[in-house]
Amino acid sequence: MATESELQYTSEHEWVLVDGTTATVGITAYAAEKLGDVVFVDLPDVGTTLASGSIVGEIESTKSVGELFAPVDGTVLEKNSAVEDTPELVNSDPLGEGWLIKIEFTELPPLLSFDEYTALLGE
Amino acid sequence: MTDRHSPLNAIHVAAGASFTDFAGWQMPVRYSSDLAEHHAVRTAAGIFDLSHMGEIFIVGPEAADALDYALAGKLSATTIGQAKYSLLLDRSGGIIDDVVVYRTGDDRFMVVANASNREVVAAELTDRTAPFECEVFDESDELALIAVQGPRSREILIATDGFAIEGGHPDGRDVGEKLSELKYYRALSGSFRTQPLLIARTGYTGEDGFELYLSPDHAAELWNALTEAGAPLGLVPAGLASRDTLRLEAGMPLYGHELGTETFPVQAGLGRVVATATKGDFVGREAVEAGPAPDARTLVGLVADGKRAARADYEVYASDDSSEVIGVVTSGALSPTLGIPIAIAYVDAAFAAPDTTLSIDIRGKRLSYRVTPLPFYRAKKD
Repeated sequence: MATESELQYTSEHEWVLVDGTTATVGITAYAAEKLGDVVFVDLPDVGTTLASGSIVGEIESTKSVGELFAPVDGTVLEKNSAVEDTPELVNSDPLGEGWLIKIEFTELPPLLSFDEYTALLGE
Repeated sequence: MTDRHSPLNAIHVAAGASFTDFAGWQMPVRYSSDLAEHHAVRTAAGIFDLSHMGEIFIVGPEAADALDYALAGKLSATTIGQAKYSLLLDRSGGIIDDVVVYRTGDDRFMVVANASNREVVAAELTDRTAPFECEVFDESDELALIAVQGPRSREILIATDGFAIEGGHPDGRDVGEKLSELKYYRALSGSFRTQPLLIARTGYTGEDGFELYLSPDHAAELWNALTEAGAPLGLVPAGLASRDTLRLEAGMPLYGHELGTETFPVQAGLGRVVATATKGDFVGREAVEAGPAPDARTLVGLVADGKRAARADYEVYASDDSSEVIGVVTSGALSPTLGIPIAIAYVDAAFAAPDTTLSIDIRGKRLSYRVTPLPFYRAKKD
């Protein structure tokens, strides 16, 4: 598990951990806190082709529905079935066990650094 | 509009609450986990700050008659210490607000209104009761409201020092006995550490519980005393998120979702609240007697399998392959207690019979729901 400062971020409150051509994606602690208790997670299946910026899944809490946006163009390598069975992992460990999908990508778009993301939250 | 804060705001901030805007008030939406707070109320107890609610008093020799005219129910038939759920109707039969009315004396009533409707309820009551010998006082700023809800509520109040019941022992030694005798929808006048207090066995969670009205200056002291005495019994602070899922499971309507000026009481299943047969003229009588249009929609409970929950404003269809919209969801969630999606919806009368299978468009995917009688959840009696 990476630390907050090693991750990259999107303005949709997702984090991205880049390892070679694989991007692991989850939602930030801020987003998890805003949603409240997550009760259902709907993730794209392995092999699905994703277009950066499109809605590819849902994270539902008792109060609201959050959308999962693809942060990069690519193909789903793996989805976190533990999170589908135990959605509360998104709240208890959003940057670790609460990860959502791994995407095989060819090109990485510009993402936010931790400092840039923190500044965004301050606005 | 500037945000309004509860007299308990500092306590909520210190407890790490997340806040939400509710009718201009910054109120706790959750403290840590809305699911944990929900389960605590079902299994032990939760404490809620409801100080944003409106309290409007009607006082005078003709107060009972005045309320019979102003509201849908027959308030003159209540006895001192009784509470009654009622509706403020407009002339065309629509619901301006739903209220709980407490009769606190022969000539004295307290009407508790939703925070968003405090002004309109106070104005309508003032207007409607003008011909009667009584006065209307909006005391909302002079009263805080703390609710303790859940099967262990009574034990928690008994374990809290400082309560006394009017006409009882000043040291409060008979509080346990008096609270045990207090029936649902009944209230007692009393005190908390010399401060006047109304203790009502009412609530909005589907569980046993109490609602406590007192001066905002002493609300923090009461909250702290209750949480300290209640913590060993499982009491946790609970926010508005859990309050909403609790009331939804209990099938209780929420103003702005199930109730509004476009809704007749009978459509919302509240025909019994309107006392057309037992009292004289009242505002909305003519329209209610004429009834809604023959094709008016009616409120139903809906349940589904799986985990995907329909939410307010989602459209309801006759079947999974039908494009005919026959209703709309007003509230919905994955029920924390039952573990299945539940919803309340208004549907065309032809689709309202129990066990009718309907279909809801959940963000582009259809899900089958089944009509079921309300409530979804009923507390076990001890």
